[in-house]
Amino acid sequence: MPSNSFLGVFAKSPLKPLEKHIDLVHQCAQGLLPFFEAVFENNWQEAEDLQRKISKLEKQADAVKRELRMSLPSGIFMPINRQDLLDLLSQQDKIANRAKDISGRVIGRELQLPEAMHAQFVEYLTRCLDATGQAKIVINELDELLETGFKGREVRLVEGMISELDKIEDDTDAMQVKMRKMLRAMEGSMSPVDVIFLYDIIEWIGDLADISERVGSRLELMLAS
Amino acid sequence: MDILNTYGAMLIGIAAVVGFLMAWGIGANDVANAMGTSVGSKALTIKQAIVIAMIFEFAGAYLAGGEVTSTIRKGIIDAAYFTDTPELLVYGMIASLLAAGLWLALASYLGWPVSTTHSIVGAIVGFAAVGVSADAVAWGKIGGIVGSWIVTPAISGFIAYLIFMSAQRLIFDTDNPFKNAKRFVPVYMALAGFVLSLVTIKKGLKHVGIQPGVFEGYMIAVIIAVIVAFIGRMFINRIKMDEKADHRMHYASVEKVFAILMIVTACCMAFAHGSNDVANAIGPLAAVVSVVEHGGEIAKKATLAWWILPLGGFGIVAGLALFGHRVIETIGKGITHLTPSRGFAAELAAASTVVIASGTGLPISTTQTLVGAVLGVGMARGIAALNLAVVRNIVVSWVITLPVGAGLSIVFFFMIKGVFA
Repeated sequence: MPSNSFLGVFAKSPLKPLEKHIDLVHQCAQGLLPFFEAVFENNWQEAEDLQRKISKLEKQADAVKRELRMSLPSGIFMPINRQDLLDLLSQQDKIANRAKDISGRVIGRELQLPEAMHAQFVEYLTRCLDATGQAKIVINELDELLETGFKGREVRLVEGMISELDKIEDDTDAMQVKMRKMLRAMEGSMSPVDVIFLYDIIEWIGDLADISERVGSRLELMLAS
Repeated sequence: MDILNTYGAMLIGIAAVVGFLMAWGIGANDVANAMGTSVGSKALTIKQAIVIAMIFEFAGAYLAGGEVTSTIRKGIIDAAYFTDTPELLVYGMIASLLAAGLWLALASYLGWPVSTTHSIVGAIVGFAAVGVSADAVAWGKIGGIVGSWIVTPAISGFIAYLIFMSAQRLIFDTDNPFKNAKRFVPVYMALAGFVLSLVTIKKGLKHVGIQPGVFEGYMIAVIIAVIVAFIGRMFINRIKMDEKADHRMHYASVEKVFAILMIVTACCMAFAHGSNDVANAIGPLAAVVSVVEHGGEIAKKATLAWWILPLGGFGIVAGLALFGHRVIETIGKGITHLTPSRGFAAELAAASTVVIASGTGLPISTTQTLVGAVLGVGMARGIAALNLAVVRNIVVSWVITLPVGAGLSIVFFFMIKGVFA
């Protein structure tokens, strides 16, 4: 029966694609860990391959984003506000874009960190990726939220997860300050241009956590409305 | 008068054929609406849905279809205008069946969601107003019928909202949803069983020759409800919680419990549809038979000839048997996120509204009621996405159906009149 029969009333759920999107985004950001390992070993060939992988995942996420936007004409009635959902989606997408920017910039300039910073840098990156991971967990609660009609204890549970996400983001802020201090102590002996770009990279990695936190707060807004 | 005596058997034969065609169209066109939610939420396979539809559509048509029939037969037109020319009533009813039946067949073929009730009401009003006299239509009653088309979806939406919210309160928003699902789902089953058996007892058993008193009626309904709940409970207890597949809240296991409930509400829906919509086919047929058998006298209180209800029932079953498979098959694909716990709320609300409305004799639209119920669950933030553009299309197709049914029946009316004159 064509789409305008009674069952056409049930539109495609936007929640599944949204979950798929954040999964891809998280996977994309996770690619930064092996990428920087290769960079630290000065293995630029390997790093370039890994950068391509990140870029490929970012493209896949883009495709999911576009498809989801196309499937949400304004005549769709949803338990959540359509604009909130689109905002959430574009925030999620920014995480993947940032991951691509970071890896692209590092590859483009064959940017290397001072040895002394490696261990702390990986720790910092891992914590920022914890934030994207937490954002992924939160978004994957949408199924359960729908089951409970977006209210009650499931909402409180998700709110708890979001405040956990906020905590992770706080951690990364503190770590970012430390990273910058370290770099400042060493910057005298380095190429000034590289230093400027390294400051950028440190900030962008912090952005991963920042944007993840924003994903959480958009969802919180959705639940409040 | 002579015409009725000379061609009486032939007219009844023709009316029976077009009545069957109409019933067949109802089965073919509406089966997706009645059974779609159950198949769409994967509570039933296509085969199971068709078997359930066959049994309960027929049961609904046969046991509870009588009440609406009399409205279709006598309520829409003013019999006083036909006392001198009863053959016009016969022609008109045959023309209406033919018009509505063909319109349904065409709409089914093209996949338009029309309402069987609207098409027959439009057709009867059409031939009476244009073919006979505008005063021959009981406009007051028409107003009530059209009003019910607006009121019933609203009521059914409201009931669906309440049912869904109660399920949220009792089951989903608790510490142990799975345990509470096992405890409360049989209660919903009992509710479904109660409504259904009560309507059957109050309205239906006349044909079978049993008529229990008011108190006995309620008692029997309660007993049946308890039996339904008990059997349901046995099946529910077989469901084991899938610890691995589920994290934390075990909603997937909860939905499995609701899937069993949905089998019960699917039966309800088929029964309600049969009881409400069979009248659209057999009402005009019954009018023809009654006029011809009384030699042209339009009887105020004629009993339904014994073979008419089963004919309508078989017609519906034939329609869904032939078309149902094809129609339902295409359903399952598109629907995501219609879980049994939502489908059940929509179906139970729609079925209850339809059987209650049928009891009052108002010919309402089953599909309309179901759409109302689905929107009710949507209002309760229970469905991921509803396509309001499609809702608008459906409403438009309902409105268009009235003039189309009327126009076709006017054409057929004058053709038949010409042939027999």
